[in-house]
Amino acid sequence: MGRLLDVKGLETRFFTQDGVVHAVNGISYTLDEGETLAIVGESGCGKSVGVMSLLRLIPQPPGKITSGEVWFGANSDRKNLLRIGDDEIRQVRGNRIAMIFQDPMTSLNPVLTIGFQVSEALMLHMGLDKAAAKKRTIDLLEMVGIPRAADRLDDYPHQFSGGMRQRVMIAMGLSCNPQLLIADEPTTALDVTIQAQITELVKRLQHEIGMAIIWITHDLGVVAGLAQRVVVMYAGFIVEEAPVKELYGNPRHPYTLGLLGSLPRLDEHRARRLTSIEGLPPDLIDLPKGCPFYARCRYRIEQCETENPGLEPVGPGHRIACWVDIGSAEPGFADGGRGRLQ
Amino acid sequence: MSTNGHSKQVLLEIKGLKMYFPIFRGILQRKVADVKAVDGLDFQVYQGETLGLVGESGCGKSTTGRAILQLYRPTAGVVHFQGTNLTTVKGEDLRRMRRQMQMIFQDPYASLNPRMTVGSIISEPLEVHNIGTRPERLERVRELLRVVGLNPYFINRYPHEFSGGQRQRIGVARALAVNPSFIVCDEPISALDVSIQAQIINLLEDLQEQFGLTYLFIAHDLSVVRHISDRIAVMYLGKIVELADRDELYQNPMHPYAQALLSAVPIPDPVVEEKRKRIILEGDVPTPVNPPKGCHFCTRCPKVMEICHDNEPEFRDYGAGHFVACWLYQK
Repeated sequence: MGRLLDVKGLETRFFTQDGVVHAVNGISYTLDEGETLAIVGESGCGKSVGVMSLLRLIPQPPGKITSGEVWFGANSDRKNLLRIGDDEIRQVRGNRIAMIFQDPMTSLNPVLTIGFQVSEALMLHMGLDKAAAKKRTIDLLEMVGIPRAADRLDDYPHQFSGGMRQRVMIAMGLSCNPQLLIADEPTTALDVTIQAQITELVKRLQHEIGMAIIWITHDLGVVAGLAQRVVVMYAGFIVEEAPVKELYGNPRHPYTLGLLGSLPRLDEHRARRLTSIEGLPPDLIDLPKGCPFYARCRYRIEQCETENPGLEPVGPGHRIACWVDIGSAEPGFADGGRGRLQ
Repeated sequence: MSTNGHSKQVLLEIKGLKMYFPIFRGILQRKVADVKAVDGLDFQVYQGETLGLVGESGCGKSTTGRAILQLYRPTAGVVHFQGTNLTTVKGEDLRRMRRQMQMIFQDPYASLNPRMTVGSIISEPLEVHNIGTRPERLERVRELLRVVGLNPYFINRYPHEFSGGQRQRIGVARALAVNPSFIVCDEPISALDVSIQAQIINLLEDLQEQFGLTYLFIAHDLSVVRHISDRIAVMYLGKIVELADRDELYQNPMHPYAQALLSAVPIPDPVVEEKRKRIILEGDVPTPVNPPKGCHFCTRCPKVMEICHDNEPEFRDYGAGHFVACWLYQK
């Protein structure tokens, strides 16, 4: 599999009245063709802004991509999406990179029919005429499991349930055979049985179409059954990146460890006390000088307060941004870190 | 966790609880139908336990909580709380009963009045119930803030100065103010981030131990409910389809809906996830205005039989307090 996406040092800021919000702070990651990458983090960690920046969908002003490169495409037609013209990026959006959003209630236009909304992209990007677009729309709706698709083209979004609307969104996303599908919390607003329907659907479609997926979520449970690699974000930084089994089996960043510890599990046998992460994430306007997780970290050492660790490899495909080797350090003491990396 | 194996004392007994909301249509505003949000529940809540109530959106779990506290007057059925039938109590008597029963709400942003200080939010229930003098109330508020892990120094601040997790702590303090014995927790953590959720869950567990509280814990997240509950009731379209001890329910779910629901919950472990088989339910939940005849789950059930379409199965005990309403087990 070839390299499809190469994000280097992406940095996005919002210039507001209260100050500069450091939403994304120099993140770098890659994605191969056909691969599924999950970006995990809590609200405000920059996971959505990070991928919106890839497609230059940041409202400007107040937002601005202040530095970085986004190389997209197979070898021959690799382009830096941040440097190409507006016409060119429009050819990428919805066509080669599709996006589905969290809220299927608000991302469909309530006054246009389902049929119109799905076929719009087909006519715009694929140059199909009306009849061909209609036929393809029916195929797509059937593919995502909407019963009696042909009869429902003239229905409006309010006539569909939440799960059905998300299926429509997926159909729209897939209409131009994208190379990359960005799914921004697509199952968060849905019930758990519907969530299972949608994740199974996306997995099946990926198998059939062979696109790559970036799946953004705060739910470490969904990720476990879906992704090949996981990126964990905190306060606009990538703090850990690893293959999925490595991340859950051998988490190396104190934040990842804390997240996993604070999740109740359906299959836990005894009642265990959840290890919550005390405190709150830092203010993105006034980021600490050192590690962003310093104030909440149980493994912190002196160095963490003044120097922000970069993302360094600790194993095959496994990178962390931490000065402390939590495998050998004792938690709970301010200066308890012994063995250090590097 | 305190009731397992001990003699159980019933705190709350619910029989045949129904909550219908009428729909009015036309110029004459004639009643044309009912939304059958809660359609006949029978269960008990024991002293000191946490009963988890799970189900998907619109299944009637929040309505159940509100109907128990008489925030809605139930259409039918009885709610016995410490021997009193709440559905017949009115006015001042009901207000006095409410000291025993409090509620924690889902949305920590909407459930606190933005124009009131934290101090006045927490002391309001004390004023309503005429408890203590002004200085006593102030002292009580400070104590409550400490109990829920907030600095008493925050007493004159407004809700917008707090994060979601801190606001939920304020909501918990308000519920505790009148020393209740029973608290309905209506999705208290679903609006919070994962790391903050754990803080609130731990707080609720500590408070239960400290004050001997009984919880009805309403949530859609089965992992959270399994973590915090002693027993779990699974609701579907206004009915409880299964009720059992939490480990029993997890290891031996009997109702096809409970089985599907459990299999759909993702487990944060890729090694486990690889081997799991999901039961994917077809379609969506039918409307509660016109629920299917017979078993409410018959339109989506993978094990549906002929009888399910015509007759409603009885909610029956199959030993050790494992209740199921399903024809598969009724001969």
